[in-house]
Amino acid sequence: MYVISRRIGFYILTAIAAVTVDFFIPRVMPGNPVNAVLAKMQNTNVTKATLRALEVEFGSGTREGIWGQYVRYWNNILHGNLGISTSNGMVPVTTVIRGALPWTLGLVGTATVLSFILGTLLGVLVAWRRGSWLDTLLPATTFFQAAPYFFLAFLAIDLFAIKLGWFPAGSARSTLDFPALSWTYISDVLDHAILPALTIVVASAAGWIVGMRNVMITTMDEDYVLIAQAKGLPKRRVIWYAARNAILPSISGFSLAIGFVVSGALLTEIVFSYPGLGFILLSAVQEADYALLQGIFLVITMAVLIANLAADFVYVFLDPRTRQEA
Amino acid sequence: MAVGSSTDLGATQAADLTPPPPRPLAGRGRLRLPRSPKVLIGLGGLAVFLVVAVIGPWLAPYNPTRAFSTTASFPQPPSAAHLLGTTQQQQDVFSQLLAGGRSTVLVAFVAGLLATVLSVLIGVTAGYAAGLADDLLSMLANFFLVMPALPLLIVIFGFLPPSQGGDDVLIGAIIAITGWAFGARVLRAQTLSLRNRDYVESARITGERGWRIIGFEILPNLIPILASSFLFTVLYGVGTYTALAFLGLVNPNHLSWGGMLFYAQVAGAEQSGYWWLFIPPGLAVALLGTSLALLNFGIDEFINPRLRAGGLSRRRARRAQVPGTARPPRRFELGMTPVIRSTPLTAVNGAGLQDFPERPGTHASPSADGRPDAARRWRGRRPR
Repeated sequence: MYVISRRIGFYILTAIAAVTVDFFIPRVMPGNPVNAVLAKMQNTNVTKATLRALEVEFGSGTREGIWGQYVRYWNNILHGNLGISTSNGMVPVTTVIRGALPWTLGLVGTATVLSFILGTLLGVLVAWRRGSWLDTLLPATTFFQAAPYFFLAFLAIDLFAIKLGWFPAGSARSTLDFPALSWTYISDVLDHAILPALTIVVASAAGWIVGMRNVMITTMDEDYVLIAQAKGLPKRRVIWYAARNAILPSISGFSLAIGFVVSGALLTEIVFSYPGLGFILLSAVQEADYALLQGIFLVITMAVLIANLAADFVYVFLDPRTRQEA
Repeated sequence: MAVGSSTDLGATQAADLTPPPPRPLAGRGRLRLPRSPKVLIGLGGLAVFLVVAVIGPWLAPYNPTRAFSTTASFPQPPSAAHLLGTTQQQQDVFSQLLAGGRSTVLVAFVAGLLATVLSVLIGVTAGYAAGLADDLLSMLANFFLVMPALPLLIVIFGFLPPSQGGDDVLIGAIIAITGWAFGARVLRAQTLSLRNRDYVESARITGERGWRIIGFEILPNLIPILASSFLFTVLYGVGTYTALAFLGLVNPNHLSWGGMLFYAQVAGAEQSGYWWLFIPPGLAVALLGTSLALLNFGIDEFINPRLRAGGLSRRRARRAQVPGTARPPRRFELGMTPVIRSTPLTAVNGAGLQDFPERPGTHASPSADGRPDAARRWRGRRPR
């Protein structure tokens, strides 16, 4: 389909641009990243090979032209080689990321879906009962949205984990646990995930609520809603007719939201010491582990692009008008 | 639009953004700001924060970096001497809070200002130029929209030498680079809808130059949207700067609220119950953000009056002597939509609306459902 192929084309271009940005940042920024890495690695043994790998990574000390470096960079990426992580004992970056990615995907994925559903439903409700006490919900959720995610995480830990002791205060599982498909292990993981997920949901639901409310209010002025009501359809049915049309912009607004949610989730993970991408991102920053930093950026970007593409598919599937256009 | 026509990102402002062609209200030349409680609270809050940003460092009772004790190794809880306690380094939290506002507000406003300039340049140009230029600029904006901003900024700041990590203007500028796209997109859509209006056409026919049409015919009609996208970017700047400082990517000696949260995390404040380390700066950021967001809601409602919560109350409608308001419609819109006129609209004589011709070009505005506002005739009624 024309629309779909155009979107795919756009995302491919964006992916290429992201890799290019990732390539150029260390080369245009002032300062020498290789020296910075070496300064952080004073107590480890730097072999010649390591030094060489770093130089290739950041493009200093090679005689290769910028174009040659760029081609080599692409070659590495296409072969799944994102460099070595200097802060994790010279392990390939991909290994480090592979260990952290499932945690982030699980946490962020669940939280995003939950907050989308919750926020959309609440938005419909607020729009339908406009002028009632529900309108006061808006400023309250605005506060949660304006507050930095990690501040909410601080509060959540202080209140629910330390003072009330309902949930563990950090990490993704108890240290004595071994990964296994047993109920103890699963419940333990869930127990550790509830609080961070809750933080993300509370912080991000506000955006969905406001967006849904605004579109819903406009939709409620449409003729077909009035007709549905005039026919005497049950209220629930009328709301459904209006809501399923009003939800379209929310789905297409997903692109904007997912970036925010992911960014916020990374910070939430840091506060909770949740061993996902956010957590290793922090260590990469602190240890000046640039290869890991760039690798995480690439992985996150690709994940966001894929999520966007999925949202686009859903959109085209839901809204026939986008298909007509072609 | 070349790419992304299927994804209208302006979901929050998605309703028909189109204000009618400028119709001066009788006897009122000034810009009317809606006086809803949201706007007033937002304005008041913002004013307080601006004052703190300007004079906060002088109000601070102590030097925010002075260590008060060399023996104590734990943060001290609030006391008479230290209203909000001390940090791990035994510095006064209250002084840090007052002094840290300046950098936070400055970065956010620099980011907002620069991003707004960028979004006008790119968005309005794209909307007005159309054709290939529009396609390319739209694609650029879409690219920046889908790129997750914080990871990108983390990479950029990660490579920035620490010596340059404490320059507020530089930080604001870098944040602006990642924050302009949303505004550009909304502005482009609105420009598209304006450029074919009659009054713009007539300006073009009389031979006005392009920049003059943009500057004097189109831009003034974009002001509410501009204001909204400015506030949005400032809000984004506050959050992003705080996040970057929290990660320790901004020189930690550079005092800011995010930096205070960074030290709170270093001190393990949330695990040890040192609430005075993270609640004051976090609350400050949250309240600043809430003020900005509330103000933004107010502007959204100004652009799209249908979003107003209760509409005009019966008492105020009667005071305004709007005809036919013995039982006013529950949401009487004032000022922005072509609804208001001397005859009350009912389903029967609602045909009066038809003397407003179908506006050309509205198909491009990020209307909620992709359609121009249909069925305005029924607006006197409301589904309940």
